[in-house]
Amino acid sequence: MENLINIFVRSIFIDNMIFAYFLGMCSYLAVSKTVKTSMGLGLAVIFVLVITVPVNFLLEQYILKKGALVWLSDSFADLDLSFLSFIMFIAVIASIVQLVEMVIEKFSPALYNSLGIFLPLIAVNCAILGASLFMQEREYANIGEAAVFGLGSGVGWLLAIVALAAIREKMRYSNVPAPLRGLGITFILTGLMGIAFMSFLGITL
Amino acid sequence: MENVEKEPLFSAKYRKLLTNPLGQDNPITVQVLGICSALAVTVKMNPAIVMAISVMVVLAVSNVVIASLRKMIPGRIRIIVQLVVIATMVIIVDQFLKAFAFDISKQLSVFVGLIITNCIIMGRLEAFAMANKPWPAFLDGLGNAWGYGWILIVVSFFREFLGSGSIMGVPVMEKIGVYNWGYEDNGMMILPPMALITVGLIIWVQRSRNKTLIEENK
Repeated sequence: MENLINIFVRSIFIDNMIFAYFLGMCSYLAVSKTVKTSMGLGLAVIFVLVITVPVNFLLEQYILKKGALVWLSDSFADLDLSFLSFIMFIAVIASIVQLVEMVIEKFSPALYNSLGIFLPLIAVNCAILGASLFMQEREYANIGEAAVFGLGSGVGWLLAIVALAAIREKMRYSNVPAPLRGLGITFILTGLMGIAFMSFLGITL
Repeated sequence: MENVEKEPLFSAKYRKLLTNPLGQDNPITVQVLGICSALAVTVKMNPAIVMAISVMVVLAVSNVVIASLRKMIPGRIRIIVQLVVIATMVIIVDQFLKAFAFDISKQLSVFVGLIITNCIIMGRLEAFAMANKPWPAFLDGLGNAWGYGWILIVVSFFREFLGSGSIMGVPVMEKIGVYNWGYEDNGMMILPPMALITVGLIIWVQRSRNKTLIEENK
């Protein structure tokens, strides 16, 4: 249990997807103009991460890893399919995003309308594939840890995008030097927020 | 390729495809594409250069493949088709790096895989390769990868030079002997946030030289 809380806190604050690894930057910069839409995108990212990371974990454990196919037959003990992981992971992500989109459209049209445009975008959000690849690299022990890591990364991403959107809403009233307006100042802001987030470094529970 | 011959291979229009992305159409500073994997690999110059070359290979080849298949791909499943082409290319590049440049492949860790979701590649496939012939698509791929690459190299130059006092792994600062005069490396430059601030400064310089790129204050 303590281990799970540790992974959760780490993935939100220390290994934050945006500030430590710059994952999901494209949509982060493009959609952070208002708090409301960024909240919607953030929730969709959490949702997709919580599903895809455990699913990819199972794939990794039972199909891709070296010797993972032993449950089929002993003769597969030396088989290492991990070079296929990129294509498997991205296929899982793209199909789950499609699936989630259809399910939400069927059961909650209101939520679908508010998320609608962002859902398909998520398939190519680097944070989603990144989380699966980090899960593979860090070798989490069981599916619980993988799920908690997915949840934590999503929450961290949501926090970052909502915070940036809030700052950008206020920034409309400030006088930024003309060449820095828009993209430039957003980069510098994100950098400064990243420095602030570095103060969480070294926290362990 | 036959139908390209009506137009010379490097006509003014095609040259523009190569040169525009370096400046006024730069993928990173103007189109805001491909920032995800760009910033994390810029601590040192060597991984940045390898990353730039990998992106160039993947982008040019998948642009050509998609441009030659563009009439056969049904509109509804084009994203999946594009992802499969890109993922195949990335797997080839990744295996190649693991075989011939293992150290750098370890440093790049997940970021080679993340070329798949690099928005530059999806963006260029959607915006250009789906509507153009293979040869211009190839040039467009090279041009955009260069535009991405030179930003990467500039950022990594400053971060490595100021942060670790070396250029491409050569300890320049130590050789000049500035440490004896009390100079110290700026450890801040190695931290991830400084990559963002460096790119922000590049954008500032670029836009103050080219006023047409300045955004309205929304």
